[in-house]
Amino acid sequence: MAYSDKVVDHYEHPRNVGSMDKDSTDVGTGLVGAPACGDVMKLQIKVSAEGIIEDAKFKTFGCGSAIASSSLVTEWVKGKTLDEAAAIKNTDIANELALPPVKIHCSVLAEDAIKAAIADYKKKSAPAGDESEKAAG
Amino acid sequence: MTNSSIGRRPGQPIYLDYQATTPCDPRVVDKMLPYFTEKFGNPHSRNHAYGWEAEEAVEVAREQIAAIIGGDAKEIIFTSGATESNNLAIKGVAQFYKGKRDHIVTVVTEHKCVLDTCRHLEQEGFKVTYLPVQTNGLIDLAELDAAITDKTAIVSVMGVNNEIGVIQPLAEIGALCRKKGAFFHTDCAQAVGKIPLDVNAMNIDLMSISGHKIYGPKGVGALFVRRRPRVRLVPMINGGGQERGMRSGTLATPLCVGLGEACAIAQAEMGAETERLRGLRDRLLGGLRQRLPEIYVNGDLDNRVAGNINISFAFVEGEGLMMGVKDLAVSSGSACTSASLEPSYVLRALGLDAEMAHTSLRFGLGRFTTQDDIEYAIDHTVKAVEHLRSLSPLWDMHLEGVDIKSIQWAEH
Repeated sequence: MAYSDKVVDHYEHPRNVGSMDKDSTDVGTGLVGAPACGDVMKLQIKVSAEGIIEDAKFKTFGCGSAIASSSLVTEWVKGKTLDEAAAIKNTDIANELALPPVKIHCSVLAEDAIKAAIADYKKKSAPAGDESEKAAG
Repeated sequence: MTNSSIGRRPGQPIYLDYQATTPCDPRVVDKMLPYFTEKFGNPHSRNHAYGWEAEEAVEVAREQIAAIIGGDAKEIIFTSGATESNNLAIKGVAQFYKGKRDHIVTVVTEHKCVLDTCRHLEQEGFKVTYLPVQTNGLIDLAELDAAITDKTAIVSVMGVNNEIGVIQPLAEIGALCRKKGAFFHTDCAQAVGKIPLDVNAMNIDLMSISGHKIYGPKGVGALFVRRRPRVRLVPMINGGGQERGMRSGTLATPLCVGLGEACAIAQAEMGAETERLRGLRDRLLGGLRQRLPEIYVNGDLDNRVAGNINISFAFVEGEGLMMGVKDLAVSSGSACTSASLEPSYVLRALGLDAEMAHTSLRFGLGRFTTQDDIEYAIDHTVKAVEHLRSLSPLWDMHLEGVDIKSIQWAEH
């Protein structure tokens, strides 16, 4: 199977590879996928006090399309508000990278990773009144 | 084309996928060429010289094929390839003995064409036992013994596995089948020319042979069908009664000649070639192990053909790795490109976790593989694995001492 130039570029020169402190309150971590399925994505976002995503990092176990999808979304979410980031659709990712039909699930996973990272951030930064819920979670 | 350019043309990756197919040896092509043009006769034409010279060539090829497996030329049936041979052997025997014997024994790691043939026969009412394999890829002879009954028509066990290269104990299987009165068929597409074979010493009743796996042409194969004790089968292709009535149709003289010559070359060179390939294979494995932790060989390392190594590189995904080793033509046990997302059924049958099956690469070495190819392959693979591990969240967890199996993953 031939990969698009954009997939190859992200695969060979992945953007924003790395990790942030998952315990930090301004960091949201999304870990999605499963090793048995051949894809695991870890996406982390660092959110400013104004609610803007200042930085994003990823690590991915998966095929070239999975790596490219996660690399791409780290670029896209930076500078966005949480709501803007949450609005990124898997079809946008698939179109940008020209993913073939069998690779659409990679873009779906990348969208899930964004949503999971945002949810994790929101859970951690929830008002103090929600402490009991946080402990339970 | 010179030998030094086979499998490494400029702009093309280095070919390390010799279990998928092999290039035709130029010596084989040289032998074939006259039979396309000036010696074009129909080998079944009995009334003129064109037919005679074609027939003579086909019979020489039949002798060459018989010689490499210790059989008689009269026991060799030409086919279009090992897939047809496997179909003819299993369906042909099953259908001939239908009513008296309606049971077939095979193994879960067989080639798809054997498994699919067996599934087809199940729909026709035959019973099939699919034997498991041990973690090293070999069958347990006691389990085979227990599976064969007085209703078993045929036992089909491959000589060498196409993915992991392990060699099944053919002589022991043959002895067991003979003792119990079941015919023994073996798919030897990956075994011929790689390991010594003797149909009499091993009590093999039917053997499938492929042309393109042994530096012969694609589109030709053979089926050995024992004459004493006689194996009878129902033909799948009816017609003029060629090939002892078991496979009608005009023989493709150039392809038959090519298969014969490929066998003759393989037989003459097998001893030295096996040693050379084992040296290269051991260097490849040693070089990778020296520089990369957490790599695992799939399948038995001792009972294995010299030209195969199948390795799982933990914490990197196979298809991603294939993209990383783009200068090598290899194959992966990860079937991420298929819609099913199912990794190799052969690796799963060894008891490998799906995640380990997803991380495997098969390196197939062959006649035109050089020391330089192997050195390049080591360096290229190490760099790709290191790159992907630097991206892998699973590698990080491993380094932190997190057991990946302890995490609740959302299977998708």
